[in-house]
Amino acid sequence: MADVILEVRDLHVKVGDNEIIRGIDLTIERGTVHALMGPNGSGKSTLSLVLMGHPKYAVTQGDVIFQGRSILELPPNERSLAGMFLAFQYPSSVPGVSVANFMRNTLMARHKGDAPLTPAKFKALLDNAAAKLKIETKVLGRYVNDGFSGGEKKRLEMLQMLVLQPTLAILDETDSGLDIDALRIIAQGIEAQRSPEHSILLITHYQRILNYVKPDKVHVLVKGRIVKEGGPELAQELERTGYDPIIKELAAV
Amino acid sequence: MALEEKQLVDKDYKYGFRDQTDSYSFKSRKGIDHDIVEQISQMKNEPQWMREFRHRSLDIFLSKPMPAWAKNEVLEAIDFDDIYYYMRASDREGKTWEDVPEDIKRTFDRLGIPEAERKFLGGVTAQYDSEVVYHSIRKDLEAKGVLFSDMDAGLREHEDIVRKYFATVIPPADNKFSALNSAVWSGGSFIWVPPGVSVDIPLQAYFRINSENMGQFERTLIIAEPGSFVHYIEGCTAPTYSSNSLHSAVVELIAMEGAHIRYTTIQNWYKTVYNLVTKRAMAYKNAHVEWVDGNIGSKLTMKYPSVYLMGEGARGEVLSIAYASEGQHQDAGAKMIHAAPNTTSIITSKSVSKNGGRTSYRGLIKVYEGCDGVKSNVRCDALLMDPQSRSDTYPTMEVDAKDVRIEHEATVSKVGEEQLFYVMSRGLTEVEATTMIVNGFFEPFVKELPMEYAVELNRLIALEMEGSVG
Repeated sequence: MADVILEVRDLHVKVGDNEIIRGIDLTIERGTVHALMGPNGSGKSTLSLVLMGHPKYAVTQGDVIFQGRSILELPPNERSLAGMFLAFQYPSSVPGVSVANFMRNTLMARHKGDAPLTPAKFKALLDNAAAKLKIETKVLGRYVNDGFSGGEKKRLEMLQMLVLQPTLAILDETDSGLDIDALRIIAQGIEAQRSPEHSILLITHYQRILNYVKPDKVHVLVKGRIVKEGGPELAQELERTGYDPIIKELAAV
Repeated sequence: MALEEKQLVDKDYKYGFRDQTDSYSFKSRKGIDHDIVEQISQMKNEPQWMREFRHRSLDIFLSKPMPAWAKNEVLEAIDFDDIYYYMRASDREGKTWEDVPEDIKRTFDRLGIPEAERKFLGGVTAQYDSEVVYHSIRKDLEAKGVLFSDMDAGLREHEDIVRKYFATVIPPADNKFSALNSAVWSGGSFIWVPPGVSVDIPLQAYFRINSENMGQFERTLIIAEPGSFVHYIEGCTAPTYSSNSLHSAVVELIAMEGAHIRYTTIQNWYKTVYNLVTKRAMAYKNAHVEWVDGNIGSKLTMKYPSVYLMGEGARGEVLSIAYASEGQHQDAGAKMIHAAPNTTSIITSKSVSKNGGRTSYRGLIKVYEGCDGVKSNVRCDALLMDPQSRSDTYPTMEVDAKDVRIEHEATVSKVGEEQLFYVMSRGLTEVEATTMIVNGFFEPFVKELPMEYAVELNRLIALEMEGSVG
């Protein structure tokens, strides 16, 4: 039996009176890459934010078990320290805080009580991750996401993932809005993260990124429910047909 | 020099040089009148002109209404009869460490302030032993011909210079509080920098700490002769406890042609203190004056550092931050008076309000007729930490010239849920995340500070965000 990292059980989520997630079950094993696909407004981003603990969303039913324990009561920082990471679709800026300083703080949060990370070790870690993503050193001195282009923001999310080495990385449309070169670099970042120890939940609208990152499993989310699951071939099928046949099929039921 | 002499004397003679007039029985009492002013002047053994200046100033103070520039109900509540206007070091030393409030002591602990400094900052001792540092710096300055002393010593030792410039930038009649300061001033710093001399280390009031340093009514006068440079730092980030409820300083800067003065203040008065300060600079041809002004403490601060741009090519800058928490009002800003063509001014103001604290930006840009080619840029950013807090902007522009370029931009933002969530999602607690966001907001100010001040200020903000600072 594979080692289960994340188990989402019958999850229901409301924003105001609106139920956005309407009963999701999802299991992710250690060392696997899952793609979660779906049309706009299907609840993909909501699911990623709920998993990370965004205060705006109210879980009305179900549970989320991460590495053996329910995390619904944990604030986002504790979920992060437990090994969860979210690459944001729309990352916030933190003016006045350099990328290097930001990363140092996030690492320090993980080394409380331990021997602190030496400056040399930290620099090596950061430079190494930056090189994999072709991020220039001077970017590390810029303020976090402040004045960054869309592509730069996505790369910075990947940088954080590679430095923090989360057990589960949730990538919320990290591939959207990128040109082909940028997409390739992001894909390389994801492949660099992929390992028997690390799981990835890749949330995407398009099949495009899956040409570079081959998922172990594909789930299709429509109107707050997972309506179809399969292997990589499911993504290719969707690329050909679009989401319409699935939506029609559902309507017919 | 007088200061060294004073320090030597202080070692075995507790009351210092001033006790040459000890036979005169001075007794501090509350309230202000001509007797008190007379006694202060006599105690200090001052020349006749200063004595008369004080009396004249007192008359102005007594007859002047509160400043109309910024009406403030907190200000109206000051009871001038309930204040000590002059206390000698010996009067102050009666206090013990036990008298210093617990919250202040806790903050000292967490900021890692050394023992000797704590007692000074807590107002327990009048003297802070920094002789070693102090002497080497003194020697260096003396070699360059720089004069740096407390204002009382400056008046005694260099009466000609003081008399020439004293109260020429801020006359007693300027406002009620400058009149009050002129009547009862004591302490502060006197600096004169010879032509062409660049003082490469910041001069800090810290280096010549005595009881007057943190006095209620200090008076500072800095004269930078043509082509010279000096950076003066006043105050410190640690909370400064004072049993005095009113602090009203006057600071006058004079930057001659091509001179450059930078004046850095970090004010963290205890949260019962009224901090009403008049700061003004004269910048002559191609001179450059910078006010770097940080306001963290006090109950009410009203302070608008000004630069009078008197000669072509002169440049004035104010970079200020204000932090107001519960029960605090930081009413701060800047005034730039363009009295010559092709002068430039830049005002950058950043404020953070938390727990119902209130910050105001109050500014004036004035351009006189015929002063073409003036450029001015004003930027005010306010950050609100919660809905109970408040921030206002009161900009005034009086422009009587035609060819000018004036830009004003003001933003008010809230620490957003999204931003907080983003930072927390990387493993930082809510307090850590908030601290990071606020420190980032203040970064343009902090990076202008010498390292040790920058580190302390960042740490102080962290304590404020935890809500554990008194």
